[in-house]
Amino acid sequence: MPAVEMLFDALLLLCMVVLAWQGVHARNMFRAVVSFMMFGLLTAVAWVRLEAPDIALAEASLGAGLTGVLLLATLGRLAPERRRPRPRQAMTLTVLPWLALGLAGTWVLLAVTLALPAPGLGEAVFAAMPEAGVDSPVTAVLLNFRAWDTLLEIAVMLLAVIGLWSLGQDVLASPSTLPAPSLPALVRLLFPLFLLSTFYLLWRGGHGPGGAFPAGALLAAGLVLALLAGARVPRRMTGAPMRWALGAGLLTFLIVAVGVMGYGEAFFAYPPEHASLLIAVVEIAAGLSIGVMLTALFLGGEPTDSRSERR
Amino acid sequence: MSLPPGTLFLLAAALLFAIGAHGLVTCRHLLRKVLALNVTTTGVFLLLVTLGRSGTGVDPVPHAMVLTGIVVALSTTAVALGLIVRLERRQP
Amino acid sequence: MSTFAGAALIVLGLLFFLSGTVGLLRFPDVFTRLHALSKADTLALGLICAGLALHSDAGAVQLKLLLIWLLVIVSGATCSSLIARAALAHGIRPWQR
Repeated sequence: MPAVEMLFDALLLLCMVVLAWQGVHARNMFRAVVSFMMFGLLTAVAWVRLEAPDIALAEASLGAGLTGVLLLATLGRLAPERRRPRPRQAMTLTVLPWLALGLAGTWVLLAVTLALPAPGLGEAVFAAMPEAGVDSPVTAVLLNFRAWDTLLEIAVMLLAVIGLWSLGQDVLASPSTLPAPSLPALVRLLFPLFLLSTFYLLWRGGHGPGGAFPAGALLAAGLVLALLAGARVPRRMTGAPMRWALGAGLLTFLIVAVGVMGYGEAFFAYPPEHASLLIAVVEIAAGLSIGVMLTALFLGGEPTDSRSERR
Repeated sequence: MSLPPGTLFLLAAALLFAIGAHGLVTCRHLLRKVLALNVTTTGVFLLLVTLGRSGTGVDPVPHAMVLTGIVVALSTTAVALGLIVRLERRQP
Repeated sequence: MSTFAGAALIVLGLLFFLSGTVGLLRFPDVFTRLHALSKADTLALGLICAGLALHSDAGAVQLKLLLIWLLVIVSGATCSSLIARAALAHGIRPWQR
C-alpha cells in the first residue's frame, strides 16, 4: 500500500477515534452530539476507503444525518444534564496495568485475526451469481441468497415503529419554532432531487452500489428535511395509507417468499428465470417502506388529526 | 515497516469498541449511553467489513450484514431515545 | 497541460480551505466565523471540483462534479443562514470592537 494512502487512513482513523471519544465524553452534551455526527460523516469516508460505497451512502444519510437529527431533537426535549462535578482524579498509576492488559489483548486478537484463513463466503457468492437475477453481489446477498435476514431486519424496523408509536404521540419530533424562510425554499428546490435520486438508486441496485437500503435512507432524509422545514403529514395520509406504506415492504417480502413455495420451490428460493422480476418488486417495495419507516421513527409518535390541525 | 493491509482499520475498530463499551458502563446520562452504544456498533461494523476484505476480492456478505445492521442500529437508537424522553417526563 | 492546471486549481482550493479554517479558529464570534467559513469553503470546493473536472475526461463525471458544487452552494447558504438565525434567536449579539 502506498505510503500516502496509509497516511490518509491513519489520519482518518485517528480523527474517528478522537471524535468517538468526544462524542461520548465531551463536557457539553450538545458538543457530544455534534462530535458524534462528525464521527458518522468520517465513518462514511472510511467505508469509501474500504471499497464499500453502498454502506457509505447508508452511513452518510442514516449514521450521520438521521441519527443526528434524532439526537438533537431528543436533546432539545431533555432537561439540561446535571453533572456533579466529578472529583478530578489524577491519572493514577492504577490505570497503567489495565492499559497494558488492553494493549496486550488487542495485540493478541490482532495477531489471531490476521493469521486466520481468509474467511467469508465471497467465492460461494460469486459462484452463484449467474442464478441471482441481478449483477450486484451485495443486492444478490440482500434480496436473494440471504433474503431471510433482510426480511427479519424489515420486521425489526416495523416493530421499532410500533414500539415507538405505542409510547404516545410525537415523542421526538417537534415543529420548528425558528422563522427561517430559506429552509422551506431549499426543501422545495431539493425534494424532487431527493425523489429522483431515490429511484435512481433503486434502479441502480441491480448492477452496482445502491439498492433498497441507500434508496430508503435517501427517501427518509428528504422526507425528514421536509418535516423539519415545517411540512406536516397530510391528514388523509395519516390513517390507512401510511399504515399500508409502513407494512408494504414486509408484506411484499412475505407474499413473494410464500408465493415461490406455491411454485414448488423452498421458502425464498426464487426460480432463476423469474428472479430478476421478483427481486425488482421486492426491492421497490422494501425501499419505499424503509423510507417511510425511517420517517415514522423520526415522527416518533402516531401522527393524528389533532397534530395536522395544529399548523 | 510494512503492516498487513487492514491492520489500521482493525486497530481502530478495537479502539472504537473499547471507547463505546467503556462509555456504556461509566456514563450516567442515558443519552451518552446511547451515543456510546452507537460507537460500539460502528466498531463492530468496521471489523466485519475489514475482515471481509482481507481475502482475495471483496466479500459481499459482510457488506449486506452491515447495511442491515446500520438500519437496525438506527431503529434501536430511535426507540431508545423515545424511551429516554418518556422517562425524563415521568421523573419530575 | 490540463493535468497541471487541475493540480494547480486543487492546491489553490486547499489554500482557501486553510484560510477558511484559520478564520473559524481565530475569529471572535459566530457570525464572523460563519462569514469566513461559508465564503472561503464554497470557493475552495468550486476550485477543487474544477480541478478534478480537468483531471477526468468523462462528461458525466464533470457534470456530476458541477452538480455537487451547485448543491453544496445551495445547502451551505441555507445552513449558514439557519445557524446565524439560531444564534440571533439565542441572544448572541454580533461582535463589535
